[in-house]
Amino acid sequence: MKLHVLYFARLRERFGVAEEALEFGGATAAELVAQLQARGGVWAEELAAGRTFRVAVNQEVVALDAALPEHAEVAIFPPVTGG
Amino acid sequence: MKILVQSEDFDLGAEVAAMSGGRTDIGAIASFVGLARDMNEGSGVQAMTLEHYPGMTEKALATLVEEANARWALLDVTVIHRVGRLLPGDPIVLVAVASSHRGEAFAACEFIMDYLKTRAPFWKKEETPDGTRWVDARASDDAAAARWDQS
Repeated sequence: MKLHVLYFARLRERFGVAEEALEFGGATAAELVAQLQARGGVWAEELAAGRTFRVAVNQEVVALDAALPEHAEVAIFPPVTGG
Repeated sequence: MKILVQSEDFDLGAEVAAMSGGRTDIGAIASFVGLARDMNEGSGVQAMTLEHYPGMTEKALATLVEEANARWALLDVTVIHRVGRLLPGDPIVLVAVASSHRGEAFAACEFIMDYLKTRAPFWKKEETPDGTRWVDARASDDAAAARWDQS
């Protein structure tokens, strides 16, 4: 399926990319994270088990076992620090 | 209900006046203004830049306000959050809640701020004498928001 993936804040800076179109063969948010980790380097480092980040699907934060719908807007970002 | 994400400054007095203008059923307006501090984690902060997730931010803030409306009898809510580069002393966020009585207004104002801190997609990056750094989320903010889950 095709996904539109966004990165914010520290992750956007470390990955050097704000958004990308991705072809994704899996089903869940966890599988997408695994696909990104497999790129190695900062991707493997920032998305490693034990690192804290959030995943939002179509602008709502979801658990990692959430299924991703076709053409979803998926965002990966650090815990929020506004206010 | 009014929810704004903007780079411009806001005027607390004007916002409160706009809530109560033309109506006589409001008995209480509680407001909170968060400001940019000049010190964090033991070092000076010369400026900060607030990044957000356009689209999700507005939805997340609307959801917080809906949750507050479901918990308390509120007459009006205004939330304004600034983005972009801010200097120490600059206002960052305004929450104002109108109700018939002060109890609901105080409680809902604190609830909205506690949830905003942990759920609205904003991120702060600070400029310090040692360089720039992304602010880390604080466990105390998670604890403050969690209090409302039990009550």
